[in-house]
Amino acid sequence: MGTSDLKLLSTPSSPFALRVKIALNIKGLDYDNIVETMNPKSDLLLQSNPVYKKIPVLIHGDKSISESAIIVEYIDEVWKNNGTPILPSNAYDRAIARFWVAYIDDKWYNSSKNLLVAQNDESKKACFEQVEEVLLRLEDVLNKYSEGKDFFGGENIGFLDICFGSYLSWLRVTEKVIGKKVLDETKTPALVKWAEAFVAHPAVKGNLPETDKLLVFAKSLVQRMVAAATPK
Amino acid sequence: MTTNQEEVKLLGATGSPFVCRVQIALKLKEIEYKFVEENLVNKSELLLKYNPIYKKVPVFVHNDKPIIESLVILEYIDEIWKQNPILPSDPYQRSLARFWSKFIDDKIVLASSKSVFTIDEKEREKHIEESTEALQILENELKGKFFGGEEINFVDIAAVFIAFWIPLVQDIADLQLFTDEKFPKLYNWSQEFLNHPVVKQNLPPRDPLFAFFKARYDGLLAASK
Repeated sequence: MGTSDLKLLSTPSSPFALRVKIALNIKGLDYDNIVETMNPKSDLLLQSNPVYKKIPVLIHGDKSISESAIIVEYIDEVWKNNGTPILPSNAYDRAIARFWVAYIDDKWYNSSKNLLVAQNDESKKACFEQVEEVLLRLEDVLNKYSEGKDFFGGENIGFLDICFGSYLSWLRVTEKVIGKKVLDETKTPALVKWAEAFVAHPAVKGNLPETDKLLVFAKSLVQRMVAAATPK
Repeated sequence: MTTNQEEVKLLGATGSPFVCRVQIALKLKEIEYKFVEENLVNKSELLLKYNPIYKKVPVFVHNDKPIIESLVILEYIDEIWKQNPILPSDPYQRSLARFWSKFIDDKIVLASSKSVFTIDEKEREKHIEESTEALQILENELKGKFFGGEEINFVDIAAVFIAFWIPLVQDIADLQLFTDEKFPKLYNWSQEFLNHPVVKQNLPPRDPLFAFFKARYDGLLAASK
């Protein structure tokens, strides 16, 4: 089956690496998880992702694949007969899933990052509103596509579940940092239920970073980002 | 191969590189479609209905179902209409095609536009440096006549921005961002690509587009004084 030649370059805190781990788990694939320190970046990382020099990178035999969403699609295509399908079978539904993944990697990523580093009350409020807007949209999407089942993908976790769900640990950390609920059952009840189902899913459980450790990491990251953005 | 024209619609704007990508793909596969020219200053109700989130073109509508984001549209078109494929069938080759198209969108499109349409000298230099670096990476990646080998593929189509739009806007600012001296392989590729029979027919008229961008550039200069 060739699964002994699978390596994943990752870090424990990366939501993008988490996406790949979940996809590999869904397909029941064994892999060698190589934890990168990123400082310095390993030769293997530099060779396998010379363009971006970032994780995650999936190394399959002599092939290297980078960019988490692209890696997940690759896994789904190569091991299409394993486990459950990640991308929908219908072309239109696939286009919708790809669109929403691109949307969250743009809108969720940027708005939640801004919220995490916001320093004054005014910008915190503005960032919070932006994050809320994204969540309200996703609540609609979930209600529309889940067809009453647990996930965006319906009965099984799919592309959008994996890609958005992998941000959940960081969402929890953000809530701790700002001292306020971001995922709120009074505003987005379906998403709250979805989050619970997602983290309990066998392909996800046990792969999530510990919130306390992630909080420490996040705080130091925020400090560095704020320092870098501050004019000297 | 011919479909009921009413079933396939493309909401676009002449002059948009993202709309152009979709037009090239549709022509390559000989798909008949209805083109709806959108006024981006005065957006139509149809556009706002189909793309409420971004309110942008292109919007591809197939049997009344809208799809947005040019690269997502290209993949959809390739999956529905299998003649003249633009994506390879091998999963690894597909992942590479997706990677390079995303690279063009993330690293080249914005940086190169900002290399022209930025007033602050320091900011502009930064964008020029970024674009140059990214173009060099692409230059190194190009192995054959096209990114797709002997025939144009997904990456070539995504790169139409580089072939047609960058030379056009760099002329406005008298910038030498993309030249045959700096990027001989990529420049050669651009000439082959622009002369490809399908591509040639689907490029917007150069002069009005130049005038449009020049007006924007002049406006930017004036506003900074």
